[in-house]
Amino acid sequence: MNSRRKLITSGLAAAAGASGLAVAARLADRYGLIPPDGGGIYGAGATLTYAAQRLLTSRRSMAREFDRSRISNVFPVKGDPPENDAYQRLLAGNFTGWHLTVDGMVAHPLHLSLDELKRLPATSQITHQACEEGWSAIAEWTGVRLSWILNLAGVAPGARYVVFFPFDVNWDSLDMDDAWHPQTLLAWGMNGRDLPAPHGAPVRLRVPRQLGYKSVKFLSRITVTDSLKNIGKGLGSISPEIGYSWYAGI
Amino acid sequence: MAVTHANSPGHSAIVRYTHWINALSFFALLISGIAVLLAHPRLYWGETGAVGMSSLLDLPLPFLLTGQSGWGRSLHFLSAWICVLNGLAYVGRVRAGALAGYAFVQRLSYAVVVFLLLPLMIWTGFAMSPAITSVCPVIVTSLGGQQSARTIHFFVAAALVVFLFGHVVMVWITGFRVNMRGMITGAGGDLRSIAE
Repeated sequence: MNSRRKLITSGLAAAAGASGLAVAARLADRYGLIPPDGGGIYGAGATLTYAAQRLLTSRRSMAREFDRSRISNVFPVKGDPPENDAYQRLLAGNFTGWHLTVDGMVAHPLHLSLDELKRLPATSQITHQACEEGWSAIAEWTGVRLSWILNLAGVAPGARYVVFFPFDVNWDSLDMDDAWHPQTLLAWGMNGRDLPAPHGAPVRLRVPRQLGYKSVKFLSRITVTDSLKNIGKGLGSISPEIGYSWYAGI
Repeated sequence: MAVTHANSPGHSAIVRYTHWINALSFFALLISGIAVLLAHPRLYWGETGAVGMSSLLDLPLPFLLTGQSGWGRSLHFLSAWICVLNGLAYVGRVRAGALAGYAFVQRLSYAVVVFLLLPLMIWTGFAMSPAITSVCPVIVTSLGGQQSARTIHFFVAAALVVFLFGHVVMVWITGFRVNMRGMITGAGGDLRSIAE
């Protein structure tokens, strides 16, 4: 008798717990608290971290900026510039034929040359970039705010992510919080010069509130979307395919 | 040091569950922490550090998992969540005075772990997060920079491993079987206690 009551009670508790979790998951999804790589065992940790940091940060919380004297003499690079012909031709031609395409859920798709991009209001930041490997360095980055480009293109209501396609395979995406953040830059300059090829020429993304691997190099196209499901393996970035989390605010 | 006998009162269910969850999550944090370290086994002081900059300590370990520590990072953060939530459950349910009856040195070392080392691990962990420090920069500036936080994180982890070693030695000396039975089933038993 006692054990049957116990069984019923624990059954009810389990059912309540499961439906509670289901409701929590539905709510978390609606408020954008579940990352695209939130599945699987590790996904639970990634989801807790992403949700906690999304609730903690706002578009006004700024990555630290530094004095010019703190700029690092050494700034390591990971990997080489893309070896494909398309990129190598542009590199040889000083990126005269390069264009940045902005498409997807926008009112006015853009096709900007490097000169046109450089004529847009530029801003500079001296920020710290930490690599997931453990090293870090400080540099000055100059470019146009991503938010300026998004306003220029006119983001459609319902957009949830901005996806970045480079000339190599390291595509990635940001949620709208990071996309609209004032420190998120399309950088064409580094330490007062044009962006060197190993650092992502002609234009790279800078997302100083996340680890370095989110700052996509060698940009070619930007797409605004409401779903990441049909891009790559649907995990929001190439990173989860090689074991690294999509969100890297850590 | 004289060995006498004392009766262990046994452990409550909450102590037993949280102990083993803690043991598992600590082990996972240690293994995954080593994996993350093996991506760049070199420690620095200040804000920045990289190959080509002056380092504080070059650990005699290879750059083995450079670009392959993703699983280590994912496991580290997952087990950190479990460890912290489990620790909160323990603190919430275990009454003050739970350590009454333990020797002074034992109480002191547990207090150092709970009130100093574990909070320092969380603090230095947060200090390495560019998102968290964007909300509260003093978390990292008070430590002297992001690389200082990483270095302190390493040394406090090493201190916790030393504590774990001492803990296991004590369990062994005072009676491995009785201690294990007590922490698994909750049964009390006859312990060899070490008088100072």
